[in-house]
Amino acid sequence: MNATSIMLRQPVAEQVPSRGRVAMISLIAAESAIFTIFVVAYIFYIGKSLSGPAPQDVLKAPVLYSICLLSSSVTIHFAGKALRQGKAAVFSRWWFATITLGAIFLFGTAREWQRLIYQEGLTVSTNLFGTTYFSLVGLHAFHVIVGLLCLTLVLIFAVLGHVEPKHEYQVELLSLYWHFVDTVWVVVFTVVYIVGR
Amino acid sequence: MSTNSTTWSAAAGEPRALVDLIHEWVTTVDHKRLGLLYIAYALVFLIVGGIEATVLRLQLIRPHNNLVSPQVFNRMFTMHGTTMIFFVVMPMLFGFANYLIPLMIGARDMAFPRLNAFSFWVTAFGGLLLYFSLVGANGLYGAGNAPDVGWFAYAPLTSQTFSLGHSTDFWILALLVSGFGSIGTAINILATILCMRCPGMSLGKMPLFAWLYLVTAALVVLAISPLTAAQIMLLVDRYLGGHFFDTQAGGSAVIWMHFFWIFGHPEVYVLVLPAFAFASEIIPVFSRKPIFGYSVMVAATVAIGFISMSVWAHHMFTVGMGAGANTFFVLSTMAIAVPTGIKIFNWLATMWGGKIEFKTPMLFCVGFLFQFLIAGLTGIMLSCAPFDWQLGSSYFVVAHFHYVIVGGILFATFAAMYYWFPKMTGRMYSERLGQLHFWLFLIGFHLTFDFMHIPGLLGMPRRIYTYEPGRGWDSWNLIVTVGVFFQAAAILVLFVNLLWSYSRGAHAGGDPWDAWTLEWSVPSPPPTYNFASIPTIRSRRPLWDLKHLDDPDWMYEGTR
Repeated sequence: MNATSIMLRQPVAEQVPSRGRVAMISLIAAESAIFTIFVVAYIFYIGKSLSGPAPQDVLKAPVLYSICLLSSSVTIHFAGKALRQGKAAVFSRWWFATITLGAIFLFGTAREWQRLIYQEGLTVSTNLFGTTYFSLVGLHAFHVIVGLLCLTLVLIFAVLGHVEPKHEYQVELLSLYWHFVDTVWVVVFTVVYIVGR
Repeated sequence: MSTNSTTWSAAAGEPRALVDLIHEWVTTVDHKRLGLLYIAYALVFLIVGGIEATVLRLQLIRPHNNLVSPQVFNRMFTMHGTTMIFFVVMPMLFGFANYLIPLMIGARDMAFPRLNAFSFWVTAFGGLLLYFSLVGANGLYGAGNAPDVGWFAYAPLTSQTFSLGHSTDFWILALLVSGFGSIGTAINILATILCMRCPGMSLGKMPLFAWLYLVTAALVVLAISPLTAAQIMLLVDRYLGGHFFDTQAGGSAVIWMHFFWIFGHPEVYVLVLPAFAFASEIIPVFSRKPIFGYSVMVAATVAIGFISMSVWAHHMFTVGMGAGANTFFVLSTMAIAVPTGIKIFNWLATMWGGKIEFKTPMLFCVGFLFQFLIAGLTGIMLSCAPFDWQLGSSYFVVAHFHYVIVGGILFATFAAMYYWFPKMTGRMYSERLGQLHFWLFLIGFHLTFDFMHIPGLLGMPRRIYTYEPGRGWDSWNLIVTVGVFFQAAAILVLFVNLLWSYSRGAHAGGDPWDAWTLEWSVPSPPPTYNFASIPTIRSRRPLWDLKHLDDPDWMYEGTR
């Protein structure tokens, strides 16, 4: 720059957000839009099935499993905190707890689906309730599975001793996704088991 | 592709094996190469989609024509619409975004180069999947060999009952995977613009190009996702026996329309905002004036982004949504004309009093301004629900949205192609051929799409494969089809120009237009790393500052 530029203040370095965070938040926005469409379809079709079974007859709220999933948001938070403080072993324990809680939730979904399909005879093609229920809950379960795969990958790295405090950034991005999966479940639970029943 | 790559190999100074070149292009994660791949891919599909349009128009050139069967006609308009939207305009826009955004904001690449490559190849795969349906869609029933359900694929036409074979499935999957590619690129654009700007480039100092693409990318994230969701539902219906859109089991055909247009209308703005971006860069340079009302342009862009998400059901006035919904969507649709009008006035004000140079890019921009205005005016006519009841699903609507997409978006894209061709290849295009392209295309465009309004007003419905003589449509349809030949000739001139100038054009140098944004500060074509050292900027026109040290822009805008 030439001499005149001294007269004005130099450009201040702007604080830019991290690109991983921006990307994850954008991805979450896109996913939210997908879930919104499925939730709208679910709400729109409540009570529109022409044949049984109806939600109030066959659905039981999976309260315990839901508590498991929601508390996994707490454990992943503690895991990140432990990593920031440099306690690798504590991190692994909290991280493992998160995976276990997520897996228990997934097991709960599997049990519920098994009961609905084999005892109640409700499948995707039975009626509108079946179509919308399995699509919405299945879409969420798919996200839980993807999350669990990613979490397990990190656990393997942690067990092999490759996760260090400098990876806090990557771990934080993954927890962001996991919090999203949990938040979606709050919406799905409300719509499917409270509003729709 | 191999022709494009010679620049790089020539720079390397030694002849390269073809297989090496191909390997280089297939495995590249460089934003400039991916940008060129996107653009080349879009140009190939432009020819394919253009041939389909030509078949449609030849069939309609006179009443009782039987050049193609009704079945083939249905496939042609479905493939034409799907191809042009998803595999021509979208990749073209992403191509320019990829190539130019890092250069304009002073970055060395996109935020996620590998995601970038993944997005391109997924999109490319989507296009191949759509066209693979020509040979692969026969399925068990031997019925249908290309999608024929129309580009918005209304239920229940897409159900197993009415759409036998796999053609519709190819359509669904093609849009699904290319949608993933679009979302990936959009996320990349958002992260690049928000996180990769060079020192000094605050949001308020970005080129308008970057601002418009920021809003476009946000719209892609929020608009393509509903389409993805709807396509998943359609797959559930078709493969798992679901009932989302199955009216026999209590499902709703109208909800598909809602889901599709929740995607479909923001999509129009996804396509047109980049066209605005091109115009906002080109018009100031060829008027030798800075853009008029930068901050208002940004505000109008963001306003368009917001309003565009609440106008979708104006595509559905003829469904019978009831007075309340109709009124809401009439008003929101009319409201979007306000920020769009602000933009048009700002471009005119930029030209006003300027020293305008009518080079090819500027000619196309002026065409864009004029035609986009007309398209907006017929849009306001159609936004009136009672008027739409009369003319919905007629050729008036077809003429209206082709005015937007061809007269607006395609004209702006041609402007961008000529404007940045010297940057991308290092060669100047032939101005004479460029002007010939402009005038031929202008004549063809107006012959086709001006006169297409009239049979629409006279009651000719869209998507009919032939019509009775003596309804007053005959000569209009003849004129419309004649226009196609002019357009085809113009496209031929474009390709000759691109190919000829690529090898024979005069060397362009870094800054042939005496322009002001950062991409012109590097050699043409830019080196792989873009900037030898990352620039620091102090105003919206960094190159102006560099060229006019005695009167730099930041004296006027920098301190605010």
